[in-house]
Amino acid sequence: MAIVIIDGRHLEIRQGERLNGIQAAARLGIEIPHYCWHPGLSVVGSCRMCLVEMGIRDPKTGEVSMLPKLAPACNTPMRDGTVLVTDSEKVREARARVEEALLLRHPIDCPICDKAGECRLQDYHFQYGQDRRRADIRPFTSRRRDVGDNVTLFVDRCVLCSRCVRFTREVSGTSELMFTGRGAHEEIDTVPGFPLANRLSGNVVDLCPVGALGDKRFLYRQRVWFMGAHAGVCTGCATGCSTWIDENQDRIYRIRPRENPQVNEWWICNDGRYDYPHVHDPRRLVRPLRRDGQSLVELDWTDLPRELDRRLREAKPLGAVLSPFLSAEEAYLLATYVRQLDPAARLAMGPVPVVGEDEHFPDGFTVAAEKCPNRRGVEEVLAHFTGGVTSLDQLAAEVEHGAIHGLWVSGGYKNDWMNQPTAARLSRADLLVVQDLFPSPLSERATYVLPAAAFPERDGSYVNRHDHLQSVGWAIRPPVGVRPEGSLFWELMGRQGLYNARTMLSEVAAEVLYFHVAREAIPDVGVNLKVNLLAGTEEAKVGRKLV
Amino acid sequence: MYEPVLLANIHKENSHTLAVYQAGGGYHALRRVLKEMAPAEVAAAVQSSNLRGRGGAGFPTGLKWSFLPKDHPGPIYLCVNADESEPGTFCNRVLMELDPHQVLEGIILSGYATRACTAYIYLRYEYPLSFRRLQQAIDECYGAGLLGKHVLGSEYSLDVCIHRGAAAYVCGEETGLIESLEGKRAWPRIKPPFPAVEGLFRKPTVVNNIETLACVCHILDRGVDWFRSMGTPPDPRDPRDPGSFGPKLYCVSGHVNRPGCYEGPLGLTCREVIEEFAGGVWKGRQAKAVVPGGLSTGLLTADELDTRLDFTGPVKAGCLGLGTAGVIVLDETYWMIDFLHNSCRFFAHESCGQCTPCREGTQWALEMVERIQIGRGRLVDLDLLLEIADTIGIIPGTTICGLADGAAWPIKNAIRKFREEFEDYIRRTNPAGYGVMEPVPALAMGEQTVDGRQ
Repeated sequence: MAIVIIDGRHLEIRQGERLNGIQAAARLGIEIPHYCWHPGLSVVGSCRMCLVEMGIRDPKTGEVSMLPKLAPACNTPMRDGTVLVTDSEKVREARARVEEALLLRHPIDCPICDKAGECRLQDYHFQYGQDRRRADIRPFTSRRRDVGDNVTLFVDRCVLCSRCVRFTREVSGTSELMFTGRGAHEEIDTVPGFPLANRLSGNVVDLCPVGALGDKRFLYRQRVWFMGAHAGVCTGCATGCSTWIDENQDRIYRIRPRENPQVNEWWICNDGRYDYPHVHDPRRLVRPLRRDGQSLVELDWTDLPRELDRRLREAKPLGAVLSPFLSAEEAYLLATYVRQLDPAARLAMGPVPVVGEDEHFPDGFTVAAEKCPNRRGVEEVLAHFTGGVTSLDQLAAEVEHGAIHGLWVSGGYKNDWMNQPTAARLSRADLLVVQDLFPSPLSERATYVLPAAAFPERDGSYVNRHDHLQSVGWAIRPPVGVRPEGSLFWELMGRQGLYNARTMLSEVAAEVLYFHVAREAIPDVGVNLKVNLLAGTEEAKVGRKLV
Repeated sequence: MYEPVLLANIHKENSHTLAVYQAGGGYHALRRVLKEMAPAEVAAAVQSSNLRGRGGAGFPTGLKWSFLPKDHPGPIYLCVNADESEPGTFCNRVLMELDPHQVLEGIILSGYATRACTAYIYLRYEYPLSFRRLQQAIDECYGAGLLGKHVLGSEYSLDVCIHRGAAAYVCGEETGLIESLEGKRAWPRIKPPFPAVEGLFRKPTVVNNIETLACVCHILDRGVDWFRSMGTPPDPRDPRDPGSFGPKLYCVSGHVNRPGCYEGPLGLTCREVIEEFAGGVWKGRQAKAVVPGGLSTGLLTADELDTRLDFTGPVKAGCLGLGTAGVIVLDETYWMIDFLHNSCRFFAHESCGQCTPCREGTQWALEMVERIQIGRGRLVDLDLLLEIADTIGIIPGTTICGLADGAAWPIKNAIRKFREEFEDYIRRTNPAGYGVMEPVPALAMGEQTVDGRQ
């Protein structure tokens, strides 16, 4: 075990743990400002913002000898006896000099810059800079350069930290970005003929510590301080990246990666980043409807649950399709509800969309071909009830044979998922309840069409393809007329009060062995169900008996 | 009378050919060393000679070699720094053009001592004749069995390749050179790890200057005692001073009668070099200031001309160091603002742009000096220039490499040693605004070229 001293405070570092000065200081709650260093990228030590005073403590005498010159904390490995001073006059002076240097050629156009409010240059200057300019006053310049379909570069705002260049070299492996020029004439540019066009390109905007790289879809749309950030999980593919969903008044403006070392580290792909327009699509189903003969009647939610319950009881034998877009709690609730009405009800898995093949990046990041968030979770719920997983096709065959009269189909898909023949087969059921985001061949044939909630509108847990469970809350309220699945199922089950995903998950964890580890609070980064279950199989079994 | 060693051959006809070099006793040391000495013994000899790198920093060569990992399975690389771009320096060029075999012998010996399998000569692009002569010499060596597999029938094998740079000052910094050699932008690497541990292609690497390697050749030819018989012994008061031994090439340029490259022992005074080698200041004038060792080392005033040009002398006079011993003489008619402008322009142009303080500081200094030069200076600019110069570089710790120190020293020395001249110039050219303390508008496009002096 190593002990380092930062600003006079002691920090213990575990054996084998490799930290640099910035990371070690962060553990003590001391911020060392930095631009170029990022935990996911190589160390270049070029911005010189993280300069600190460094010294060594003699283990025998306890005497500290300081180096005469400043050292970059990002390239200072923490060893036993390392001493850092991060708040001396010398360090403050060096930071002020760097801030002054960075503002020499910066346009200081914060009022029209998207980064304002979350800009390191702004924050650090406020905290460590000086209040007056000593350099000559330069004319305002603002050159904009297109670097790709998603990203634009404001050349003069750049502080040349090289994070974006290193990202395209080390993480995406595509190397589109480079430096041109030298010295003060240095600029970021793309390699001629190779615009920034990889599936991770949006990350350079988050990486940029200043407003140099802008996201074209976010540009001039919203000031960052008006938005609320909500922890979310991307439902774009089976990787299930952790995200921040930035919204203002129930409208999503941006999705950013949320650091999660167990799933996506610091990145998300563009598919997930720009996965929100469908949430605000005007074609969404936003009213519950009932087909009376040829006409559709708009319904009111007040009486609808009772009406549905009655109709379903009359339409036994029942069947239900559990969509892989449902959260684990919702899938469990729907299955329980249908089985409660008809203990022999058939349960099937909704179609699992697969597009292309998995794409792997040099850094280890993977975009999965499987384009749904919760196949594993729904599979395990199905297995709990039926002992196996029935496909939609098998279920359709049973409907055709008249073995199912009442069918509940949950959807939630973002794009066309139902073809005409399957819809025709499923619609042979006497009572067809379809709950979906968008109209589909199936909803056109349904007796009841219920609007579904989109991913940022619901509470719940998703299990990615590596059995990693993450629980998140809603980020925006659904459009008027839409009722999230969980709360509807909750009411159908006749439960009291409001739907609570956390209570529900505890229930699922108590009932389904696979979810056993989710009985306790889920950390922000989620928990791996399989690894933990294998680790504690015996305990889990005993625990289950006790419940 | 000093007898030249490094430049002994250059006056011979066809001095660049193998035949002439061997006729003068060339490759004698190599033959003997390969037969009689183990690599470790060669390295030990160089270490005991206290040979210090001639590229500018003066780091002891033997010590640098000793940082190589002892039992590394290889490959180990030797990079030969021939990217001689320090203004006022051209001694490597003389060696490469007129005596390339001496350089090659030094390379083979050093490669043998460091167990390197390949030596890369990183050659400045602006030296086409050096390239042709070196390449010709390498070809001759391969033909004569001096390079390639089994050098002179021994167990040791060495390949030598020339890589021509693309004209950037920062490529002379050892890790910048390595990056450039790998085909990347010449951005000096952050240390540690040092090149001896992880250098070219992430293998242990030694980077040495051409002149250093030529000295290795003579240490082994004439012995350590001969080498230590000339120069300045270590200062007994400074335990870390390894002394300054051996011959040195002095490049004299500027306002002198006979500019050129001359050889002498280390530790001659600046005045000796100017008077005896270069025939004194031209046109019967007096020297006003002298750059002791390449532009980045700063300035000596006329009163400091008795400074000894060894590794500690210029430091005592407030300069950065000996540098490359490229002496530039400025006569009494020269304006220091012009010197400063030229120096700032060079370093702002050559800053690699990686570290913020150097990238922005050199450009800021240049813009201020330009403004002073055309007659819009303020007295406060001098203090700002000094502040920039005092805070950039590896000595205060604010940059990765030493380029910023080199940029800072001419500014510091020029302003500190000639402050009256600068103040006088500013007052005279900008009588209305020299006392302004507030920020002034930067020069507009085209204004920089106006010659506003009276």
